[in-house]
Amino acid sequence: MYMQSSCPVLEKRAIARGIFDYKVFCPEIAAASVPGQFAQIAVEGFFLRRPVSICEIDKDRGTLRFVFEVRGKGTEKLSHLNSGEVMDIIAPLGKGFRVIEGGAAVCVGGGIGVPPMLGISQIYSSKARVISGFRTAAAAILQDDLKKAGCQTILCTDDGTAGIRGFVTDALRTELQSKKADIIYACGPLPMLKGVAAAAQEYDIPCEVSLEQRMACGVGACLGCVCRTVKDGSEIFSHVCKDGPVFDSREVIFDG
Amino acid sequence: MADLRVTVAGVEFKNPVIPASGTFGYGREYEQFYPLSRLGGLSTKGTTLLPRQGNPGPRIAETPSGMLNSVGLQNGGVRKFLDYELPNLLQKDTRIVANIAGSTIEECAQLAEILNGSGVDMIELNISCPNVKQGGAAFGTDCCVAAEVTSAVKKVSEKPLMVKLSPNVTSIAEIAKAVEAAGADALSLINTILGMRIDISTRRPILKNNVGGLSGPAVFPVAVRMVWQVYNAVSIPIMGMGGISCCEDAIEMMMAGASAVQVGAAIFSDPYAPVKIIDGMDRWCDENGVKNISEIVGTVRPW
Ligand SMILES: Cc1cc2nc3c(=O)[nH]c(=O)nc-3n(C[C@H](O)[C@H](O)[C@H](O)COP(=O)(O)OP(=O)(O)OC[C@H]3O[C@@H](n4cnc5c(N)ncnc54)[C@H](O)[C@@H]3O)c2cc1C
Ligand SMILES: Cc1cc2nc3c(=O)[nH]c(=O)nc-3n(C[C@H](O)[C@H](O)[C@H](O)COP(=O)(O)O)c2cc1C
Ligand code: FES
Repeated sequence: MYMQSSCPVLEKRAIARGIFDYKVFCPEIAAASVPGQFAQIAVEGFFLRRPVSICEIDKDRGTLRFVFEVRGKGTEKLSHLNSGEVMDIIAPLGKGFRVIEGGAAVCVGGGIGVPPMLGISQIYSSKARVISGFRTAAAAILQDDLKKAGCQTILCTDDGTAGIRGFVTDALRTELQSKKADIIYACGPLPMLKGVAAAAQEYDIPCEVSLEQRMACGVGACLGCVCRTVKDGSEIFSHVCKDGPVFDSREVIFDG
Repeated sequence: MADLRVTVAGVEFKNPVIPASGTFGYGREYEQFYPLSRLGGLSTKGTTLLPRQGNPGPRIAETPSGMLNSVGLQNGGVRKFLDYELPNLLQKDTRIVANIAGSTIEECAQLAEILNGSGVDMIELNISCPNVKQGGAAFGTDCCVAAEVTSAVKKVSEKPLMVKLSPNVTSIAEIAKAVEAAGADALSLINTILGMRIDISTRRPILKNNVGGLSGPAVFPVAVRMVWQVYNAVSIPIMGMGGISCCEDAIEMMMAGASAVQVGAAIFSDPYAPVKIIDGMDRWCDENGVKNISEIVGTVRPW
């Protein structure tokens, strides 16, 4: 059920350079949301809304949390929104992650792909191993939240300033080698997703990836947000906002 | 409470506000925000004879006060429209305008023929899609071809025929006159204006199709001008569209000569835009002593 709401901003924090963390009050939307879904956030002065993943859902307090990075002018403007003001969102949008009851998960996030991993990791709690990759220690986010949720965290940085030096895909292989998992979830840059999907296939573990595409409506009406997928052996254009943003990695064509 | 009913080509709409083709799907998504019965009607996504995949992504680029799209008529084909979408739409107590697009003249006529037996209220023949290689704008930018495709469809169609014009022409009034002479019952305009955006860091166009159609508030003054010029050139009714995002825009478009309006890209910013426009119109009429919204059509007093 799609809803539009002008939500009071309860909390705003800068959690790393250029990365903002918002908590907004929207009880009805929070009640209907699941991890992996996203919101279309209106930005004053910009024609199109910005898609941002739901990072954390608190149904008891009626809040949603969004964590986004300033990438261009729209997210820059959005980051000027302060607590006490309202955020205009349409949500919950898209399909969320498939949860395997009682299962064990490995969640892999790269950079700004880490926030969507928090919500799903919280569901698995101690049965989730969360591999997060960042450029450098100062860019690392959400590690405390993941620990608080009871998850095992594995931190990687490109420059080795924190955690393991190297790629999340290597850390993923090491983890799978030491202990199997029932499902893998991933969000991050396309090359990373491609690597995660390949590892999942090698170890024969189901894998779900969260994709991005430029959007207009965000609800499935304009057919703007295509990605290449395979269904029943033939290639079709799917729509990230409605068929995704979460896809079974075996259905995604990662090139182009 | 003013009388918001309007009649276009013999079809009565309960109010003059109709979501534009390609921006509202078949109503399934936006119905979650408000009942479709609130709307005057809805123009369905461009339907082709066979299913179409459309263009590769990215298909969307933002622009100042608007957007480009290069969707390329992705749709499930006319059979899926008739079997799956239309039966659902016919229960919604609103007028259904079936937007069709063919890659040849014969295909356009065939589509119209297939829709004859269906419950659609009106056909909107798209001769103006900028995002497809065959048909589309190639029909809409030449008077002779535009007339030829119009008369081919008119000959077989039992439904009122509205022809959707392209703004990517030197004189839209000339095309409009040719289409009227060929038998069109109404005109709709404007389709999107061909545009382009480039990512300066990669020196690549943002759209995979390189170019795409501009819509949204950015095109509004162009659309008003074109509706006004066409209104002065033909005597068949016009559905005006292009950049309408609020009630005042809709009123302005009607004063320029539109008997009804379509609302497109504005819905992406605000899903409620069509119903806000309807409510706003009602209020505006009351405040301005207008009893019947049709009174204002073409009432601009040019200098
Ligand atoms: C489903 C989904 C979930 C997302 N979740 C998050 C998140 O949790 N945190 C976060 O920081 N970012 C997220 N993004 C990416 C975010 O939407 C873009 O960074 C943002 O739209 C950029 O806007 P801008 O105005 O700053 O950039 P500009 O480049 O100026 O934007 C111009 C246009 O391109 C679009 N655009 C640019 N980059 C992207 C992109 N990567 N994906 C989609 N549209 C884009 C913009 O929305 C806008 O319409 C998500 C994207 C999608 C599709
Ligand atoms: C994403 C998108 C898809 C569209 N698809 C179609 C289509 O299939 N057929 C058609 O006749 N017009 C199509 N249009 C054009 C609109 O119906 C309308 O003519 C145009 O967008 C101008 O109105 P607006 O500025 O209110 O959006 C599309 C427009 C957009 C933005
Ligand atoms: S953004 Fe409109 S269909 Fe996905």
